[in-house]
Amino acid sequence: MFEVVSKRFLSPNITEMKVHAPRVAASAQPGQFIILRVDEEGERIPLTICDYDREAGTVTIVTQTVGNSSAKINALNPGDVFLDFAGPLGRPSDLLDIPEDQLRGMRILFVAGGVGTAPVYPQAKWLHEHGVRADVIIGARTKDLFTYVDEMQQVADVYLATDDGSAGYHGLVTGLIKDLIDNQGHRYDHCVIIGPMIMMKFAALTTREYDIPTMVSLNALMVDGTGMCGACRVTVDGQTRFTCVEGPEFDGHKVDFDEAMRRQNMYRNHPKTHPADHKCECGVNNVK
Amino acid sequence: MAKIGTPRTPVREQDPALRATNFEEVCLGYDAEEARREAERCLNCKVPRCQGQCPVHVDIPGFIARLAEGDVAGAADVIARDSSLPSVCGRVCPQESQCEGACVLGVKFEPVAIGKLERYVGDWAIANAASRRQELPPRNGKRVAIVGSGPAGLACASDLARLGYEVKIFEALHKVGGVLVYGIPEFRLPKERIVAREVEAVKSLGVEIETDVVVGRTMTVDDLLDREGFDAVFIGSGAGLPRFMGIEGENLNGVFSANEFLTRANLMHAYDEHADTPIYTGKRAVIVGGGNVAMDAVRTAKRLGADAVIVYRRSEAELPARVEEVHHAKQEGIDFRMLTNPVRVLGDENGWVRGVECVQMELGEPDESGRRSPVVKEGSNFEIPCDVVIMALGTSPNPLIKSTTDGLDTNRRGCIVADEEGRTTRRGVFAGGDAVTGAATVILAMGAGRKAAHAIHEYLSE
Repeated sequence: MFEVVSKRFLSPNITEMKVHAPRVAASAQPGQFIILRVDEEGERIPLTICDYDREAGTVTIVTQTVGNSSAKINALNPGDVFLDFAGPLGRPSDLLDIPEDQLRGMRILFVAGGVGTAPVYPQAKWLHEHGVRADVIIGARTKDLFTYVDEMQQVADVYLATDDGSAGYHGLVTGLIKDLIDNQGHRYDHCVIIGPMIMMKFAALTTREYDIPTMVSLNALMVDGTGMCGACRVTVDGQTRFTCVEGPEFDGHKVDFDEAMRRQNMYRNHPKTHPADHKCECGVNNVK
Repeated sequence: MAKIGTPRTPVREQDPALRATNFEEVCLGYDAEEARREAERCLNCKVPRCQGQCPVHVDIPGFIARLAEGDVAGAADVIARDSSLPSVCGRVCPQESQCEGACVLGVKFEPVAIGKLERYVGDWAIANAASRRQELPPRNGKRVAIVGSGPAGLACASDLARLGYEVKIFEALHKVGGVLVYGIPEFRLPKERIVAREVEAVKSLGVEIETDVVVGRTMTVDDLLDREGFDAVFIGSGAGLPRFMGIEGENLNGVFSANEFLTRANLMHAYDEHADTPIYTGKRAVIVGGGNVAMDAVRTAKRLGADAVIVYRRSEAELPARVEEVHHAKQEGIDFRMLTNPVRVLGDENGWVRGVECVQMELGEPDESGRRSPVVKEGSNFEIPCDVVIMALGTSPNPLIKSTTDGLDTNRRGCIVADEEGRTTRRGVFAGGDAVTGAATVILAMGAGRKAAHAIHEYLSE
């Protein structure tokens, strides 16, 4: 059993929870994810690790209510427990493989959208601890939907974009990427994009125009998360890869996003996963 | 002893039409009277060929003789000397190619129903477990970590616990049992009534089990030895990595590995409306393959309401599945398309499966396995309309442990290199079961786990 140590709402339907999972906290690295189960009937739900505290033995997760299973997570309160909390799973971010002296000279851009903002945090924080201050673009439909902005500002230079112009750059993250490079003189050696699949697709197309090596973190469907089922298979550079063990980060210029989006929606109309009245509010344009 | 030529005692089964709509166990097993009657058919051969064909050499005539005398407890003791999972093996072993295949009676008549008798004894032992608690030797102060709670790990753990070791099993999933819980369906191997009880029996020996620990990620094998203070490690992580055909259209929506399909159904109970995990079977599901996993998948699809089809590239004689499973599948109305091989999965405009394009095969010269190899009949392409395709083509060992353990060699197929007793290329690290052999059977994995337990005992007694 894995106890919820603390919980706060980042928005009406997004929560941040710290969960006591000492073994996971001891091994977690930026870029990895966990799989949890709420109750006996529950699905195995993969969630990207948003922070970890090795001393306290806690792992932070951020969950947006989008269907039955995420609603179950968000209904838990401090003192309640997750039946299962397994991880860390997947490979750590490629940034961890870069030699420190090389890393120090690098100009790194993160592009975050929707609930993908929190998973960017451990990577930006890790870079900050290693003497690198990255740029982080956070996109949302409107300013009320931003999460993790204060935390991010502690460790990185943050640039906001809203579809409605209520805060920061008026437009999509793709426009802000161009604006920073073309009009504000920013240059980048590496980019990491985390957010809704459609946003990652277009942001990666944009970084491609500038030849910036780009990684995207895929949130494919999974069952076991250990390489057993192949539900998470994705085509990268013409090869089938398993997101759970070979990812979750892949070269954003080589991922077949159209296939990935189609596969991600495989159970969209299944009565068990998405209640009929669900209205997507992840705050990023182009998402139906 | 019964008169030679007495017919084999039939075993009661759920009616095929009924069972094709539920997940209850198909075979109902013998009752006491039926078991005794069947046991009396055994000739108690001086040179028991059945025992020679059993991968763990259960004293088959020995346990059957006790059973014929009505001494079920004695029969259970005899089996327990060589097998820790009789209720499981009695249900899932390929008896026709092992013990029963060698039974002398089978030459002229029908072989003794050894599997059904073993099942009867195993189930009796489960039901009477409380009164059969064994005295355990004092702990010897040494600790062994077991990776994986499938048949290899459970068997290895039992033997080590009986030898006085402190044993802890680490399981990646949330349930204990490995392939017994995620792979083999409820209708063939009941999870609560049998698997969970067999696991309880292992725990009653003092074995500790921790779930949700993915060795290779949560902890490495080196962590187990250095940080967690174990004196030896046994790797029984199985062969969980599914294979695909590498044909066009395999990533269309509606194409699943048998592992995914069965894990959703078995581990996640997706067939139950109360479980959150979804599963799709469509109106017609085509399952590619001819092994036990293919039979499990096709019969699961049938139970979930699909018109279910097996597509296999060789002929019926080469089907690697247990004869009983093929027989049951046919009774349940599964459509078998032999000498048929998919060349392409066809999709609709939304990227969902709409059919599978196949070719007809014919059998040519025998290949290295001794089976006649299938050859494509040119120009025989045809389509089978369907909305789900399930690939049951076999599995390979998961590379997670190999890739995180220095000095642990694997072969070309990704299997951990280990000797007959389970010693790997890394001192203090042992392995057995599918992780070493590639996908095989429960009994072979159990046998390998037991051999490794003795090698570990030898190593730690040095």
